This record gives sequence, C-alpha cells and structure tokens, in this order.
Amino acid sequence: MGTGNFETTIGLEVHVEMQTNSKLLSPSPVHYGDQPNENTNVIDFGYPGVLPVANKGALEFGMRAALALNATISPYIRWDRKNYFYPDNPKAYQTTQSQTPIGTNGYLDVNLEDGTVKRIRIKEMHVEEDAGKNTHGTDGYSYVDLNRQGTPLIEIVSEPDISSPDEAYAYLEQLRQAILFTGISEAKMQEGQMRADVNISIRPYGSKEYGTKVEMKNINSFNYVRNALIFEEKRQAEVLRSGGVIQQETRRYNEPTKSTILMRVKEGADDYRYFPEPDLSPVVIDQEWIDHVAAELPKSAFERQNDYVSRLGIEQYDAEVLTQTLAMADFYDATILAGADAKRAANYLIGDVNAYMNKHQVELQETKLTPQHLAGMIKLIEAGTISTKQAKQVFEAIMAGEEPEAFAKKNGLVQISDPDILLGWITEVLDNNPQSIEDFKGGKDRATGYLIGQLMKMSKGQANPGIMNKMLLEELAKR
Amino acid sequence: MTINYFEKDIIALNKALANKEITATEVTEATLNNIDKVDNKLNAFIITNPEEALKQAKVIDDKQDFSHLLTGIPLALKDNLSTKGIQTTGASHILEGFKPVYDATVVEKLSQAGAISVGKANMDEFAMGGSTETSYYKTTANAWDQTKVPGGSSGGSAAAVAAGLVPFALGSDTGGSIRQPAAFNGIVGMKPTYGRVSRWGLFAMASSLDQVGPFTRKVLDNAQVLNTIAGFDEKDSTSSNEEVPDFTSKLTGDVKGLKIAVPKEYFGEGIDSKVAATVKAAIAQLEAMGATVDEVSLPHTKYGVAAYYIIMASEASSNLQRYDGVRYGYRADDVKNLEDLYIKTRSEGFGDEVKRRIMLGTFSLSAGAYDAFFKKAAKIRTLLIEDFNKVFADYDVIVGPTAPTVAYGIGEEVDDPTAMYLADVLTIPVNLAGLPGLSVNAGFVDGLPVGLQIIGKPFDEATVYQTGYAFEQASRLFETLPDLAKDY
Amino acid sequence: MSDTTISKEEVAHVASLAKLAFNDDELVQFTTQLGDILNIFNTLAEVNTDDVQPTYSVTKNVNHLRNDIANNWEQKQELLSNAPLSSAGLIKVPAILDGEGE
Repeated sequence: MGTGNFETTIGLEVHVEMQTNSKLLSPSPVHYGDQPNENTNVIDFGYPGVLPVANKGALEFGMRAALALNATISPYIRWDRKNYFYPDNPKAYQTTQSQTPIGTNGYLDVNLEDGTVKRIRIKEMHVEEDAGKNTHGTDGYSYVDLNRQGTPLIEIVSEPDISSPDEAYAYLEQLRQAILFTGISEAKMQEGQMRADVNISIRPYGSKEYGTKVEMKNINSFNYVRNALIFEEKRQAEVLRSGGVIQQETRRYNEPTKSTILMRVKEGADDYRYFPEPDLSPVVIDQEWIDHVAAELPKSAFERQNDYVSRLGIEQYDAEVLTQTLAMADFYDATILAGADAKRAANYLIGDVNAYMNKHQVELQETKLTPQHLAGMIKLIEAGTISTKQAKQVFEAIMAGEEPEAFAKKNGLVQISDPDILLGWITEVLDNNPQSIEDFKGGKDRATGYLIGQLMKMSKGQANPGIMNKMLLEELAKR
Repeated sequence: MTINYFEKDIIALNKALANKEITATEVTEATLNNIDKVDNKLNAFIITNPEEALKQAKVIDDKQDFSHLLTGIPLALKDNLSTKGIQTTGASHILEGFKPVYDATVVEKLSQAGAISVGKANMDEFAMGGSTETSYYKTTANAWDQTKVPGGSSGGSAAAVAAGLVPFALGSDTGGSIRQPAAFNGIVGMKPTYGRVSRWGLFAMASSLDQVGPFTRKVLDNAQVLNTIAGFDEKDSTSSNEEVPDFTSKLTGDVKGLKIAVPKEYFGEGIDSKVAATVKAAIAQLEAMGATVDEVSLPHTKYGVAAYYIIMASEASSNLQRYDGVRYGYRADDVKNLEDLYIKTRSEGFGDEVKRRIMLGTFSLSAGAYDAFFKKAAKIRTLLIEDFNKVFADYDVIVGPTAPTVAYGIGEEVDDPTAMYLADVLTIPVNLAGLPGLSVNAGFVDGLPVGLQIIGKPFDEATVYQTGYAFEQASRLFETLPDLAKDY
Repeated sequence: MSDTTISKEEVAHVASLAKLAFNDDELVQFTTQLGDILNIFNTLAEVNTDDVQPTYSVTKNVNHLRNDIANNWEQKQELLSNAPLSSAGLIKVPAILDGEGE
C-alpha cells in the first residue's frame, strides 16, 4: 500500500482507561461524569508529603490486557517517573512503566477487508496514570478538573507494522474488541476511554530507512484516525514530490476539513527525565499470579465465535454479531447455559433484543432482561406451551423484568395440547355442526376452516393449532 | 508555674502528670511561656500553635489517662511534617500560609499517644542545607552559642530541645539532617533505618533517603519516642513490615563484648583534629567499658558526597515540581500565561539553595547526563552498601564522628555550597545505605559540643541505642548545660 | 571519560526544564557554582562500576499493593479552598496556549 511511489509506515500508541473501582495510586473512586474534582483527595492533588500505593486490581487488569494480546508479562516491574509540567498533571510527573513494561512482545492478528490476516506486533504495554482534564475558557483562563487524574490506563504500543490507514482502522477496531473481551474497559470512544496517538511516515519503495515521523495525539474516533492518516499520507507525498522535507512535528486532526494542522515542530526528543519511582515498591509477578489472572480472563471473541459455529451450529455472521460486545456474548453464553435452544436464542438476541436496545437507546446490561428469562421463554416455545405469536407478548413481559412462565399463565397465554381436552372440544363442535361434516365430505375445504374457528372460540384461543388440526382431521375421517 | 526540661525527663514528667502533681494544661502553658521568653534568642520556631495545644491539653486533663508515656508531653515538629489546619511551610516562601488538610502519620501517632505539639520548628528550606540558614523565615541560633549555627537542616528542632524549650522534637534526616544538628547542639538525634518510620506526610526532599526521627536530651527518652512513631504504615509503600522491638530493651549501660568498628576514613582529611581527638576519647571509653574496638575500612566513603548529591538532587528536583502555583501555596502575580505562571512562581518562591539542587538534579536526570551521573551514582550507592555489609558481617556497630567540625559561625558557609556539601561526608553514607544512625554528645571543643555517631545494622536501632546509652551514662555529659539554662 | 562541565547555555536550558528563570548575574553565578559541584561529581568516574548493579532504593518491600476498593476521602472543599484561584469546583489557571506543555 501507500501513495504513488511511497510506502507508508504507521505506529499506534493506544491508551485505554481501565475501569477499576479506584485510581492507580490513590483510593479515590474511578467514576465518569461526576461534579468537577468530586473524586479527588490529597494524593490526586499532589499535596506535599503524600505517597502513592499501587492498586493491585489495576495491575491485574493490565495483566489481562497483556494476556489477551499474547504479550510476555514482566516478572519484575519497577515504576518510573516521567517528568513534565502541566496543570492536569499535579505532581508534574506521570507514574508509568517505561523501563519495565507489564507486557512485551505481543501481537494481534487483524482480519483485513480483503480476507487476509495480518499480524501486528505489539512492542510493549504499560500500566500508567491518566491525567486530569483542562478546559480552555474564553475568559483568558483554563479550568482544571482532577477527577480523571490517576485513572489507570493501559498503553499499548504497536511496532511499525501497519502500512495503510485502512489497516490502522482495522487494527483499532479489533484491538478494541480484544480489550472489550478482557472485561477491563468498555472502551467507549466518545467518553475518551480509548484514545490513540498515531505516528506516520512515508518513504520511497525499497528505501531501507524510515521517513521522518509526524505525530498526532489523542484522537478519539477510529474514523478520525483513518481520515487523518489518509490526509497525512497525501500531504507528505506531495511535500516529498515537490522536493520538500518532512519535519518532525506534532499535528492535530481537524474533522470539519478532514485535514491535519501543524501544532509544533519538535527540536530533538523531549526530555522527560525518566527515572525509577522511589516512592513505590517493585512488583514481582510469578507464574502463579499470572495463572490466577488467566483463569479469570474471559474467553476472547474469536474463541467464542469458533465455539458458537462448531459446537452450537450458529452461522459465522451471527456468531460475529453475538460477539460484538462482551455483554452480549456473556449473555448469550448464560442463556445457552440456562437450557435455551442455541439458534432460537441467537435469533432473539440478534433480532428482537437488539431492536429493543436500539429503540430505547440502552445497553443490554441496562435492560431488565435476564438470560434465565430469555431461556425460559424459549423453552416454553420449544415445548409448545406457547405459540410464537403468544411469544411476542411474553417477550414484552420479559423485557419488563417478568418471569415468562408465570406471566404466560397469569395472562392465559398457555397453549393447550392435552389430547383429552382437545378431543372433548372437537366432539362437541362436530356434534353441534352436522352440516359442516357433510360439507367436508362433499369436498368443501372451507368447512374445516369454519370448524377450527369454532374450536378456537371454544378454547379461547388456547388450543395448540398444530395438534388440534391433526386431531380434527382424524375425527372427521371417523364420522 | 514553671517547668524545666533540664531537670525533668519524659518518665519524670509522666509520673508527675499521673500523680496529679501537675496538669497537661500547666505543662503546655509553661512550655509556651518558656518559648515566649527564650526563643527570641534562638528563633527555633516558625510558629507556635497555643490554641490547638491548649485545647488538646484540656482533653487530656479531662480524660486523666496517662498510661502512655507521652501523654501530655509537649514537643516541636519540624516544619516539613504535615499538620492538618496548622501552617506547614517547609521553611519555604512558596508555602507561606499553607495549611495542609491532613496529618502526617507520625503526627497522628503522637497525637493518639496524647503528645502535644506546641509549634513548628525552623529548618533549612525544604530541608536543603546544614545550618538552618536557608530558611525563608528566620535564622536559628545554636543553643550553646548564639553566634553559631544550630546545624541543619533540622536546626530548629535540635536547638529547641537543646535549649530546654521542649522535652523532645521530631526532625527528618536525608543526609545527616537529624544527626548533625544533634551533634552541634550536644543532644541525642536518631535517624532510624529507612522504612522504620512512615514518611506519609513528610514533605519529600529525596524519597529514597528521607527518614523521620526524634531529638531528645537523653537516649532513654529518644528510644521511647521512637517506640511511639515507628512501625508499618500501609500508606507508605516503602514502610517496613519488620517487627518493632522495644527500643529501650538493651539500655543496661553494659557494652561488654560489643564489637565496635571504627572506619579509618572517618578520621581522614578535613576532620578537625580536636573533634577527632574528642571522638577517639569517647571510643576509648567504650573500649574501657568492655567493648572490643577495631579499625576497619569503608573504602568508597570519599565518593559518598558525590553519589549522594546526585541522587538527592535528582529525586528532589522531581519531588519539588509540584510547587507550581496551581493547586496550593504561593502563586506569582501579573503572569501572562501558564508558562509565565510556572516560572515566576517557582523563581520567586524558592531560595537559592533549593534552586541550586533543583538545577543539579534536573541536569543529572537529563538526556545525556543520566548514565554518567544518576545511574553512576546509583552504582556507587551499591558499592557503599557493600562496604557496610562487609563490616557488619563481623561487627555490631560502626562508630565515628558525626560531623567534621563543631558548629561554625552564622553566615560563614552558606554562600559556599561545595564546602557545605563536603561537610556531610560522615552522615551521608548512612542514608545511602538506609542504616540507623545516632548522634550522642561526645564532649566539647572550645565550649561547643562534638557528636559521636553510632551506626547500626538495618533495623538494629536497639544495639545503636545500647551503645549510645552506655556512653551517655558513663560520661554524664548531659549534666553540662548551656548558658541558656540559667534563663529558666 | 572526559569530565563533564557546564556552559551558561546549558544552565539556561536546564533552568527552562525546571521552570526557573535567572537573570544574567545569577546565571553566571549558578554556572560557576554548578561547575564546581560537577567537579566533585566527576570524581565518580574514577570508580569502575562495569559489573555493579545500581541501587535506586534500599526498601526490601515488594508488592506493597492496595486492593481495588474505592474510598472517597471527601477532601474536595478543603482542597479547593487552598487553591490560589478556583471557580465552580474547578482550579483556575492562566490560559494554556495551544501546543504548550505535553
């Protein structure tokens, strides 16, 4: 890939906020959307004399991410300080793992649009602190909210294996899915839970040396990433073709014009004066701990798709839909475990349940539906206890949190399949309608329709139509 | 009601309180009166907090529970220990008027024991200095001669105890800041093993070196205060789980069979000959009491100063970045933008010595200097630790002078940073190795006290105290009082 | 290894990293003083440390960790009241210029 005579090299540094209960180095709650500075304490404010204590849960979430991305987990982690001044960075250093990353040498196999699979290597992964938030006022002031300060992040640094904007897009999408299935984050882009720093360079085909990198930071939409890279690919090619030189610079993506804008030119590397954090104890991770975390790690989307197709006989496409979110896949698994027919459960989740979620703009876990209730309804259908038509009412009820069998009974939605009861009704109807028997014998098909109508009336619509039909024909034949 | 801490140690005070011969309120009032009367000669306190102290004294008098030795006993806190609602400045302009919103763990422990803090003691700005002259607020004088420095950085704490203003005080020691002022003021100062006392609430200078410790006039009192402030703290990731013994358990006066090592490097170039002679006499006394004494070598001692100043300054440069005028403390006026705010606030808020160390540290960590300076210093630190390990394989304690000289005149060295740095040569290695180190009075040179430094194995403060106590009880130097004592 | 010395320009660069400003006289004085101190630092080069591991801390602690339990210490009001300037629960600082800082 590339543009004209150039090939493109893209590196991505993705930051994902890990949804722990508390912050990485302080016990303040990790919670989105609260009042400014609500979730802060003296540690988050970088008060004189405060000390950090690392969150075990955050490390274990980091280990989950490393396992999901096939990375080697470091047996020994010594935290580092990255020094820089900024109002959203109260200690003026960020606690990170530059020298001893929690994960190294991982990879993600990415399905590309042409059907091929490309392995994107992951260089390293760090558990580190997120910064707070600065809002820039129009009054000559900026405003600082430190709620987000200290939220644990997992930073995922790719090797420069990505060679087109589309590949970058595919990588990001599938990386997000891999992260989702570790259960460490919902990775919601619009809430900034997943953000990408991208760097891109181009070089003439065959050239051994990489071109000069241009960086763009904190892009929070995959489309923006792709657009920014498409623009940069072209811009850099034009610069080079016209005899110009690419400067090492930081640019910003501007969505309205789908272009990138120069922010600053870098003069050499930034000097962050990294050094080992003396306020934290080292972390030693043994195999037993890794095994413990691995045992808690949910199965990946890929594993589940294979399982659904081979064991449950689900179509590949449906399996992919079911594994778009961890919540949906977990729900499906639980529904099957509760005894539901695999295909019917898949159809309900992909069809009616998804439609419900879209209509009401809610997440699956925000509805009142439980796997037990969905499985209960499916079992009623399978047993012939309710008709698929009746099931529509039951579905409404289980979405409102009702128990399906109790609801069906309470509302007379139970189908009657008992031959003794059905035979009683048939005998009575036939006895009362000798003319219809005559018509039937005379070859008038309409007669059965009339008789069925009478039977449904008598059974208040509860008669199982299949069984009743069959029995009616048998009884007619006897007359 | 008057009180005289030259006459009453902590046990005597506790007895008087428990027997209702005196109330905590009376002790507190008398202490505050003494400070009013005497501290104009010393300037040991940045502030006193009579209101809070008397309030606490009243609670104690109401409760009448003196089962803890420190209940109702007044103390001074170095001004880098966080006290909720009470101004804590680190003796820096950048924290003028700053009232922390939480208590340091040591403050909390003392407060739970019922000890009453009467004020915040002067110090070198952010504990950077050896004379208490870099304080933004005032210059503290030596308790024995008010034309001399009290040492530093915990000079206010040391002078206050030596002058009898309080029975004990807390200081902090990063490169000698407890032991050297204890030596200069003829009192007892302990820097415990790294990790022995929680650092939560101690305004950090160098995180891998800082420790909090007590100043007292006598060893027994010192061990009792350490009993109260030591121990594991979940809020400090470097705080040790090591069991805390009773630090008074070995205070028998007996040192028979104790193996004492005397490093020849501690009597090398730059050590005042009279100081050396006084310390040697003290060591001879210990030998006469039944200890065995051998000369040993700590060959990397001379590299300690360079390694220390690189590591300390590097960590400090990072620790002091939080003073940026954004969230608390001083903020410069008339700033054009954020960058301007940072630069003006920090340039106006910090004094020269702090700036010097921030510059040294920032440089030592910068790209290109890191390997030759910061990392190199960390390797030298390993060699210094190995030196100590070798000696401690065969000996119980290492003994030598605390400082190369006695207290010097105010204004003599403050403008000569290299001379001041080199004067820390004897105390620095202890911090780099994280060992416990005690200074007790070894005698006097020209009327000024000389410090005897006793260094122990990690977490073996008990043996260090044992040695110090035996010498103190045999020499009875605490009976010699500074002229200030006549003021009571 | 040749000894490291420091120039006025380097001192100015380090000052900018540390967010400190010096006037010309101060810069000259600091350059001299830092140079003297670096001379002491340079003595470390005499020691062969090729096979020596660095010590960054003497703590023997490993895995001093906190369980992931949230606890709000409810310090917001006190923290904000210590801020030199705040408004509507936010800390106020002079405008951050585009591209400044990180």
